[in-house]
Amino acid sequence: MIRELALLDLYYLVLAVRWTIALTLLALAGGSIIGLLVAAGGASHHRLPQWLARGYVGVVQGIPLLAWLFIFYFGLSIVGYDLPPLVAATVGFSVYAGAFLGEIWRGALIAIPRTQWEAGTSIGLTYLEQLRHVIIPQAVRIAIPATVGFLVQLIKNTSLAAVIGFVELTREGQMTTAATFQPFAVYLLVAALYFSLCYPLTRYSRILEGRRRAVR
Amino acid sequence: MAYTFQFRDVFAQKDAIVDGMVVTMQLSGVTIGLGFVLGTLVAIVLVYGRPWAVALARVYVEVIRNTPLIVQLFLIFFGLPGVGIKLDVTTASLLALTINLTAYTAEIVRAGFDSIPKSQIEAGISLGLTRPQIFRHIVLLPAIKNVYPSLSSQFVLLMLATSVVSQISAADLFHAGSIIQSRTFRDFEVYTVISVLYLCLTLIMRGGFGLCYHLLFRRP
Repeated sequence: MIRELALLDLYYLVLAVRWTIALTLLALAGGSIIGLLVAAGGASHHRLPQWLARGYVGVVQGIPLLAWLFIFYFGLSIVGYDLPPLVAATVGFSVYAGAFLGEIWRGALIAIPRTQWEAGTSIGLTYLEQLRHVIIPQAVRIAIPATVGFLVQLIKNTSLAAVIGFVELTREGQMTTAATFQPFAVYLLVAALYFSLCYPLTRYSRILEGRRRAVR
Repeated sequence: MAYTFQFRDVFAQKDAIVDGMVVTMQLSGVTIGLGFVLGTLVAIVLVYGRPWAVALARVYVEVIRNTPLIVQLFLIFFGLPGVGIKLDVTTASLLALTINLTAYTAEIVRAGFDSIPKSQIEAGISLGLTRPQIFRHIVLLPAIKNVYPSLSSQFVLLMLATSVVSQISAADLFHAGSIIQSRTFRDFEVYTVISVLYLCLTLIMRGGFGLCYHLLFRRP
């Protein structure tokens, strides 16, 4: 049944933003765990973890996110779990975010000069203490602008979860379109909602980047 | 796990896969060509344009970079007919992808322009080069060289992002996947094969861009 686009539709679209944010946060959490492993592996001085990290990043970044979502969506059901799209989406986005965050954080780790490690050793810190008190505080400062920038990519890419049937902002937009038959207005609204989520983060990332340059 | 993988059904449909791959390569190639040229033009506006043109270009770049590609695609393919502009699938795909890539390219190339020190341009003036010569040899080419890595990885990301056009039934590689899936019901196998093919395309592109860098920017 076709009906007019009403204020209620706008309300539902705004509500759907919650699921976009929820999926982004879940992917950020999962992606951070994988990303830490990838960064640690990539920045280590041993061959094997380096290769593993590089291989992981190469494979994940060489395949469309859409394909990852489908692989996990159908793959998990093969293994015998009939999982809701939220789980498949979370796994898919975590794998994807892990590769990008891992690369960003690896870059931050190797940007810390060797002498910082040596300074830590010379005042008698253990390896973990060096990481905790010397390396990570500096690496975090370097990594944060790019991490916030990637968060914007992640928010935008959660829109792809719509194709495996997860109801977030884009999927809600598709459903509203089907009910009202006003795709132009609806997708314009959807785009505006994404913009209002992403643009402040983009600005924030740029401010952080500028501040970091000023410190150097 | 009581599941037997059957790839034979998928490989029996290799014609569909090859056709899809050709479409993906064509879409990517045309979009990258257009996106690079237009993106460079927008970057020139961003750096050298009049204030109103700069403001306009900024809005364009920010709006595109802060909204998802799939929503841009839906807006063009499903939304525009509502205001009287009807586009076929291929045109809509090309338009959405080009509009998207142009914004990203513009931002990258602008960063390249910013990376050229003023003293270089002054050196050009003092050597008596004309303005077009300065722009070409001192600003444009070195700028592209400086941002070549980000530019080429953006192009690879674009090739992967073309998979989104399957959602408006453009007959690309990813769409071939969903056709074979509906014929064989081997969903997991289909998307594994498709993924490996995308990975191959990525590796080929990365190799190609590496080679191009060598050919274009090697010092004689």
